[in-house]
Amino acid sequence: MHAIEKILARAAGMKAVKTGEIINCKVDLAGINDLYLQTIRSFFEMGGNRVSDPGKVIVFLDHYAPASTIAQADNQKQFREFCWDQGIDLLMDIDQGVCHQVLADKGMSYPGEVIVITDSHATTHGAFGAFGTGVGATDLAIILATGQLWFRVPEIIRINLEGGLKKGVYSKDIALHIIGTLGADYGVYRAVEFTGPVLRDLGISERMALCNMTTEMGAKTAYIQPDEITTSFLKNKMKQDYTVFTTDSGYAYFAEHTFDVSNLKPQVAAPHSVDNVADVVKYAGKPINQAFLGTCTGGRTEDLAVAAAILKGKHINPRTRFIIVPASKSVFLEAMNRGYIQALVEAGATFVTPGCAACLGTHQGILAPGETCITSSSRNFPGRMGHGKAEIYVASPAAVAAAALEGKIVDPSDYVK
Amino acid sequence: MEKIIKGKAFVFDANIDTDQIYPGRFLDLTDPEDVAKHAMEGADPNFVRTVKKGDLIVASTNFGCGSSREHAAVTLKAAGIGAILADSFGRIFYRNAINLGIPAIVCPDIRSSVSKGDLLSVNVASGEIINETTGAILKAQPFSPYVMSILDNGGIKSLVKGQLQEQGLK
Repeated sequence: MHAIEKILARAAGMKAVKTGEIINCKVDLAGINDLYLQTIRSFFEMGGNRVSDPGKVIVFLDHYAPASTIAQADNQKQFREFCWDQGIDLLMDIDQGVCHQVLADKGMSYPGEVIVITDSHATTHGAFGAFGTGVGATDLAIILATGQLWFRVPEIIRINLEGGLKKGVYSKDIALHIIGTLGADYGVYRAVEFTGPVLRDLGISERMALCNMTTEMGAKTAYIQPDEITTSFLKNKMKQDYTVFTTDSGYAYFAEHTFDVSNLKPQVAAPHSVDNVADVVKYAGKPINQAFLGTCTGGRTEDLAVAAAILKGKHINPRTRFIIVPASKSVFLEAMNRGYIQALVEAGATFVTPGCAACLGTHQGILAPGETCITSSSRNFPGRMGHGKAEIYVASPAAVAAAALEGKIVDPSDYVK
Repeated sequence: MEKIIKGKAFVFDANIDTDQIYPGRFLDLTDPEDVAKHAMEGADPNFVRTVKKGDLIVASTNFGCGSSREHAAVTLKAAGIGAILADSFGRIFYRNAINLGIPAIVCPDIRSSVSKGDLLSVNVASGEIINETTGAILKAQPFSPYVMSILDNGGIKSLVKGQLQEQGLK
């Protein structure tokens, strides 16, 4: 069996599972965010009374942090009251940040864990060897009521990464290149495992970005076999023990792909599809109105460090605005301690509350018709960050910061020391 | 659920994401009647004005990719969509639609066999799809027994509700 299958089998109380099988799994951690008030409604519509295990439920007020409309405020109010009524202590209020980063910061994402969140980017937790997957409101309500959820055991694709990355090229570029090559629907219903020597050069932040982006090829979950990078990250964050599952030798993958990243250049996904990918130089010179750095895909301390290194002592182009949303409170504090925030604010950046911000077009950096944005987030769908006639280019944090500096898309390699 | 669903087709191409099905700026609405007013707004602003109860959506690959928002399924259900037929679906949208009792039917090559306004007859149990406008007949992938039981119950809420009540009686 594959390690992913062993995680699912453990959660289902079974000795073995096989591809295509429908199984019922106990969920170790169920996360709900503030877009999903329907979760609470579905829970009561199904006849739910008390949440089956409130200690395994975590609520994140991250998408509307802080509320910009009365309706958003009312949704958040109902979530808080639900947590208080149900004894859900893990209420991550508007100061905490994006759900996926909060779990990483708090050592709540770990090998062998089954994490289900009302957020498509729950694939991020593959960076820790967890089984993370996104669901809708009603599926999550079933977990509230029963502690369990059904899954189809997915086919598993192996993506092997060979070679070494050039200066100015990051895991975001690897992810974009893979999605551009295999397509936005290649991973649908399937799981994606990353292997290969490149992983030794990728810290947790970079691994999270890589696993996060598998959502944009439709994947159900992502996986990186835990190693010393994983265990050293978790060492000071975790109190409880965990089990690291390993894949049996001879496991037959649904498909295997090898990418040699040695000659990979900085990538970009151009409007309006995440698989419309090219070398960033193809669009060099394209003027941008807004640069957006942040979110669960590209708003970690390491990402802010890259941006600060590019912009320290300089100033962004006067015709460009640079919006930065740290992924979480911890990221914000760490970046502050390291001086990145000071450097970036002095360079003209606008900081907004840790959370999802403009990534999903609800607030804090909405685009007007005809505007162009370069972003370190994950999606460039029509209307994703505002008006449907705005254009979104998805790229690495370095490409975003370099574009903010110049007011146009440039090759970030020239700006990274 | 009803064995045969008949309706007029609205057609969409590949990779229609949930932001196009239901834009993010309306996610703070929670009542299905309000949510229905923005169905497919990002892909076809005229959709809401022209859709009628029982109409069908036909799409190419990866319909409903992207965000996990259940609003995308709620809006189509509340707008009266009888079934969604696609070459393939984004997986979270697929679960959300089935959970709400909307038949989300996987039928490779359906998009290339249907034009806007074609009248389709869909046999949910057998998977036979007849394009009554052109005479073309297609075969959908069958539902798994568990998914069929969700649809037969009109969605997963009533199924789970029954299970919870049974456990309560024990």
